[in-house]
This record gives sequence, C-alpha cells and structure tokens, in this order.
Amino acid sequence: MDLSFSSTQKLLRDSAAKFLSAECPYARVKEIEDSEQGYDPVIWAQMADLGWLGCALPEEYGGTASSFVDLIIIQEEIGRRLAPSPFFSTVVQCSELIRAGGSEEQKSELLNAIAEGRLIMSLAQYEPEASYLESGIKMQATPQGDQYILSGVKMFAMDANICGKLITAARVPDMGVTLFLVDADHPDISISKIPTIGKDNACEVILNNAAVPKSDVIGEVGDGWELLEKMNAKAAVAKAAEMVGGSKACVTMAGEYAKMREQYGVPIGGNQAIQHYLANMLVAYDTSYSYLYQVACMVDEGRDFALEASTLKACCNQNYKFISERAVQIHGAIGTTRECDISLFYRKAKACEYACGDTFLHLDNIADSLL
Amino acid sequence: MDYNLTKQQIALKKEFEHFFQEEMKKAPPEYWQSGQFETVYISDAGWEFYKYMKGRYAEKGWAALAWPIEYGGAGLTLMEQLLFDEAQSLYGAPRDIYGIRMFGQAVLVFATEEQRKRILPPIVSGEIQYCQGWSEPNAGSDLAALTTTAVRDGNEYVVNGQKTWTSGAHRSDKIFLLARTDPNSSRGEGLSVFNVDLKLPGIEIRPVHFMNGDHVFNEVYFTDVRVPASELIGGEENDGWRQTRATMNFERSLIAFFAGTRRRLDEFIEYVKTTKRDGRYLAENPIIRHKIAQLHVDIEVGRSLAYSTAFAELSGNMLFSAAAASESRVFGGELYQRVANVTTEIMGLYGQVESSRWAPLHGIASDGYQFNIGFNIGGGTSEIQRNIIAWIGLGMPRLKTVKTK
Ligand SMILES: Cc1cc2nc3c(=O)[nH]c(=O)nc-3n(C[C@H](O)[C@H](O)[C@H](O)COP(=O)(O)OP(=O)(O)OC[C@H]3O[C@@H](n4cnc5c(N)ncnc54)[C@H](O)[C@@H]3O)c2cc1C
Repeated sequence: MDLSFSSTQKLLRDSAAKFLSAECPYARVKEIEDSEQGYDPVIWAQMADLGWLGCALPEEYGGTASSFVDLIIIQEEIGRRLAPSPFFSTVVQCSELIRAGGSEEQKSELLNAIAEGRLIMSLAQYEPEASYLESGIKMQATPQGDQYILSGVKMFAMDANICGKLITAARVPDMGVTLFLVDADHPDISISKIPTIGKDNACEVILNNAAVPKSDVIGEVGDGWELLEKMNAKAAVAKAAEMVGGSKACVTMAGEYAKMREQYGVPIGGNQAIQHYLANMLVAYDTSYSYLYQVACMVDEGRDFALEASTLKACCNQNYKFISERAVQIHGAIGTTRECDISLFYRKAKACEYACGDTFLHLDNIADSLL
Repeated sequence: MDYNLTKQQIALKKEFEHFFQEEMKKAPPEYWQSGQFETVYISDAGWEFYKYMKGRYAEKGWAALAWPIEYGGAGLTLMEQLLFDEAQSLYGAPRDIYGIRMFGQAVLVFATEEQRKRILPPIVSGEIQYCQGWSEPNAGSDLAALTTTAVRDGNEYVVNGQKTWTSGAHRSDKIFLLARTDPNSSRGEGLSVFNVDLKLPGIEIRPVHFMNGDHVFNEVYFTDVRVPASELIGGEENDGWRQTRATMNFERSLIAFFAGTRRRLDEFIEYVKTTKRDGRYLAENPIIRHKIAQLHVDIEVGRSLAYSTAFAELSGNMLFSAAAASESRVFGGELYQRVANVTTEIMGLYGQVESSRWAPLHGIASDGYQFNIGFNIGGGTSEIQRNIIAWIGLGMPRLKTVKTK
C-alpha cells in the first residue's frame, strides 16, 4: 500500500490550485454564474493550454494520457474553487463517450478539437420525466434513407447553450438506445437555459424532426446505454471529486470563520456546539476524501468499480449537503447572502446531488448489487 | 381535558378559512414562487398584494384579534389569534410580523398611553409598515453588545450607528430601533427602544442580497439622525432590554411554522400523486411514502406543541415547559428545512429548478432549500435556542463565557 501522491501529482494539484485561485476567485465565479454564457472563454483557453482538456485522452488525439487520479485531482481543485466551465460536460462526459465508442474518424476529429479547446460538447441524456434509467430514454430516432430523424425533448443538458455539438441519446426502433452526434446549430433544434439552484448551464433541448446522418452515430446502433452507463459511473466518481473539493473548502472556511467571529466576547468556535459541528464536518469530509481516492485508483487499475462509484456518489451527495449546510449555519445571517462565498457552496452542493444520479439511484444500485 | 374548540371557535375557523381561500385567489403568480415571509418584500406585486391583504384584515376587524378593542383589536383571546394565524399560513397569506406581532405588542405592554393611541391605530389599519432594528454587524446572537447610540439633546435624541439584516427596510415606513442611551453602560443595561421614521434625514438604506439574489435584507445607517424624544418607548431611558426580551417571546407558539410546512406538504402530496417516473407514480414508491409520512409525523406533533404552548400562555402558566417558545422555534425552523430537503430530493432533477416554466410547484422547493435555512438563524439561531432549552428548560449549568465590564 502506498497512499501518497507522486511528486508530479503534487505539482499538478499545486499548479491547479494556483491557476484557479488567480484566474477564478469567488468574486469572478459569481460574475460568471450571472452571465448568460455561464463560462469564461479565456479561462477555458487557459485550461486547454494547461493540457487539462485532453488529460483523459491518449496522445494520438492531442491528449496527455494522464491517469484517472490526475483527472480527479483537477476535478477536486475545480470543486474547491467552484470554477464554472464546461469541463465536466465536455471532458469528463462527452470526450469519454467518444473515446470509448467513437469511430477512428470521430475520435481524431472531435477529440483533437476538444483537447485544443476548440469544441465544447454537451450530453443530452435526460428527458422531461427526469428518469436516470435506460427506460427513461424515450426520444425516437427513426431511420430514413441514410439519416435518422430525431424528435423530442431533452432536459438538463449541461452547457448545451454554449456547445458546438451534442451527444443525444435516442431510441432506434427494435435496436434500442443509440448515441447521436448533433450539431448545436442544426436548424431543427432549439436550446433554452433552465434557471437552477446551481446557476449553471442546465438546458432544455428540443429536437423537432432533426435529421442526423447515419455516420454521426457514436458506437454501434443499440450500444448507447452500455456506453452511457460506463461513462456515467466514471463521471460519477469525477463529480464526487468536485464535491469533495467543495466540502474541503467549506470545512476550511467555516473553521476559519468560527475562530475569527466573536460573540459574547469569545470566538463562536469556542462554543462546543460549534466545535461539534465542525468535528462532524471534518469526519464527513475525511471519509469522503479517502474513499474517493480508493475508487479512483480502482478505475486506473481497470477493475470493475460500478458498485464503488455508486457508494461514493451516495456518500458525497449526503456529506457535501451536510457540510455546506452546517457551514452556512456557522456563518449566521451573513452565510445566507450572495455576498458571502459560503453560500456558493450551499447551492452547488444541491446541484451536484443530481449529476450522474441522485441518492435514490445510487442507493438502488447498491441494493441491487448487494441483495 | 378537552382538545375540542368551542362552537364559536369552530365557526370562526371556518370563516377564516373561507376568507383566505377566496382572497388568495387574487394573489399574483410570483406569490407562489417563494415563501410567505420573503415574498412580500421581493417583488412589487407581492408587496402590493400584502398591503391589500393588510387592508382586508383591518376591514374584517381581524388585524389584531387578541388586542383590546380600544386599540383597534378584537378583544378576543390568544386562541382565536392562533386559529387565525393557522388559517393564514395554511393558505400562504402574508402576515404583518413586525408591526402586529412584535412592535405592536411591545407598545401595548410598555408604551405610554399617548404612544399607544398614536402608534397602534396605523399598525392595525395596515397603513404603516415596520421593520426591526436590532441586529448589528457585531451584535447578532449577542444582541446586547450593540453599539448604535441615541444621545439626548434637548427634546431630541441623536442617533448614530448601523443596523443590519433589516428585513424589508426598503419597503417600510418605520423602524423599531434598539439603541444605547447610556454610553457608559454595558450589554443589556442602558438600551432603549425608539419608534423611528425611516424618512428622517441621516438614514440611509442599502440592499443586501440573499443567496438566490432576492432583496429581503438591508443595512440601515444612522448619521446624526434627530429623533423626537416623544418616540422613546415608555418614556423612560434604559428600559429597552426588558422590552426587547419580552418582544422576542410574544409569538411563542409559532403555529405559523407548522401551518406553513403543512401547506408545503399538502402541495407536495398532490405533486407525488400526479407525477410519474420510471413507469409509476412517485406516490407508489415506498421510500418516498415513508419520507412523506415522516414529515407528517413532525408537522402533527409540532402543531400540537404549538397549541399546548398557546394554551399554557393563555392560562398564564408555562409550567409544562419554560422553554416552549425555543422548542417550537428549533423544531419548526428545522422542520421547514427538512421539508425543503426532502421535497427537493424526491423531485429528482427537478428539485434544482428555480421559478420558470419548467419548475414544478412554481420553484418553491428550490427556493425553500435556499431560504428556509434562514429560519434557523433569524430571530435567534437554533444554537441559541438550544442553549436556552438546556439552561431554562432543563436547568443545565451555564458555562461562563461572557466577559462583562
Ligand atoms: C431571514 C432572516 C431575517 C432576519 N431579519 C432581521 C431583521 O429584520 N432585523 C434584525 O435586526 N435582524 C434580523 N435578522 C438577523 C438575526 O437576528 C441574526 O442573524 C441572528 O441574531 C444571528 O446573528 P448573526 O447572524 O450575527 O450570527 P452570529 O451571532 O455571528 O452567529 C454565528 C454562529 O455562531 C453561533 N453561536 C453564536 N453564539 C453562540 C453560543 N453562545 N453558543 C453556540 N453557538 C453560538 C450561532 O448560532 C451561529 O451558528 C435576520 C436574519 C435572518 C437569517
């Protein structure tokens, strides 16, 4: 057993932390959140320069062939700084789907573009019923000559408002769920941003008899669900990393505030009620953090980690909410304001809860595999 | 023992419910997007509707049911007041917390006769809106540490200092201000309450935005504000802490908390009964059923506690628990937050959606997730309430932390 990070991993974490705190301080996070685009193209370009956008990709597609643990380190730092960007949708979700299922041509075209920061992508999986399951994908893709005609509504497609291409999951008659590449500027598609607690780029995407060439299927027809499920397990681990990073920031910020803020002539952190909150928050954080890296290492070792991914996400869903909620409480009224940075985490924790499966889904998955 | 209402009370309760049911049909749509407390401040339409409702309460003679008739009240008991409050919150109708439930009560008990006659009628009629000038940047839980001063100068007091978290100051006409009249005093000694017109020169109001961007809070700055000496409540200096502590306890039962959560739960029950996911109604999922059932348990026992508290107060004894007000606050405040948490969880991906055409229940679940945490901070935090429960309710020893001069 060796639970220490390598020196390059330490360097990666340090440089990620430095870059994000310089380029994306919390005041900037609020500005980006309030903007229509919901991301900062300059920071995005810098992420490309740092090699982050290709960190999950082989060198032949412009990537750095880094380990999954490296990606987790980056995600953790993004979560700590709450840097809004299409990193999760483009790098963690879509590039992984293309890497796993795409044709040689798709890979070399799309992955290089992603790595260089030229292409933002969005995954359109969920539908108005908001199911996380395979049966929830009801959008029809009807074959017609050398095209498929897609019609229906997708919900909560992250960054669809700023993306160049979408990966859309639809059902081909008799064949099952299939993934399609769809241009965001397709004439038969309309995209609107949904206001959410995370002030993120969750979008509604309406496809109105949109024709997609057969060559724009990703993977085999009918393979879509398997690709999605595998990707989402990995993405759940990466989302958990973001949540662990956010949890860490909350524990630190609440701890600092409790030492500094005085009431009744003593720091509020001198009260055992507050100390016990902070102690519970630290326990919740440390358990999430250590399990995160245990699972991330399993991914790198190529082991089956579906159960562990669900265990981790279910744990982080609950712990991040608990930690961020107590952190606001410790701040008192100031914690409930837009001005105070801690409220950013409180909102984000709720948004993260729904990404790649909520607690119901993951507990169901765990029960299915145990019972 | 008898848990039943009298015939008159039953009739009154029906009358209240019918009234709110009809009147709330006129509420503007944004009224359903946020909670009963903040909704009156954050939009013009919400504010106008609140003023309209205050006028309607006055017309009906219901603005202050338990106040003496000579001051515009209905001369009824706390029990009728409770029935009114419960119906009001059950239908999500706006309520005048600061004028009727807090300052007005304090004026009734502590003000001079001249002040009662002058201050109370416009509160009852709904013309004058009050806000609460207690908290300061360095005096939150430890309110008695406040430093805003009011120094006597002839027939006036000169006020200097800053208040914060002043809910609705931007929409209010007056503020009930707690300030230090004796500059050499420490903590609770030397504080006084003033009835202050917010239009006086030297008062500046700045907005503070809530985490979702809503404007409820304000900072209120006082620079050499000259307040007539006749506005000192009770006419004698340095009685303000006693008055303020009583004011904190005027609304002991907090029935509004339980009626408000009941309303949320009822709306949510409709939602789970009519919303399908993965081939079945949410209401058919056993886990969801239990989560909803648990909220019902909490709301029912909380409501019962609220009635017991009111009864005890009415009969002049708080013996069943001296800390009942704090118990209701902690239980009700945390319950509000649990309701928000459970509903946003059960809604799945829709739990994150804010008021918009996509939002189930007008986005109130996600609004509640952000706003309801305030119920565990405002009006004395849950931690402070638990300290009181432990000290007063259970007789636990107090650790000495306060450094006094
Ligand atoms: C929605 C809302 C509306 C409000 N409206 C008004 C208003 O209209 N007018 C007004 O004057 N004020 C208002 N307030 C302010 C409110 O009264 C204060 O927020 C409250 O008294 C707490 O003070 P604080 O925020 O400074 O927190 P602090 O007192 O700084 O407390 C910070 C944390 O320390 C804890 N703490 C402090 N002392 C102790 C202790 N001895 N033991 C254990 N824990 C402790 C607190 O519980 C809290 O968790 C409002 C607040 C909210 C949230």
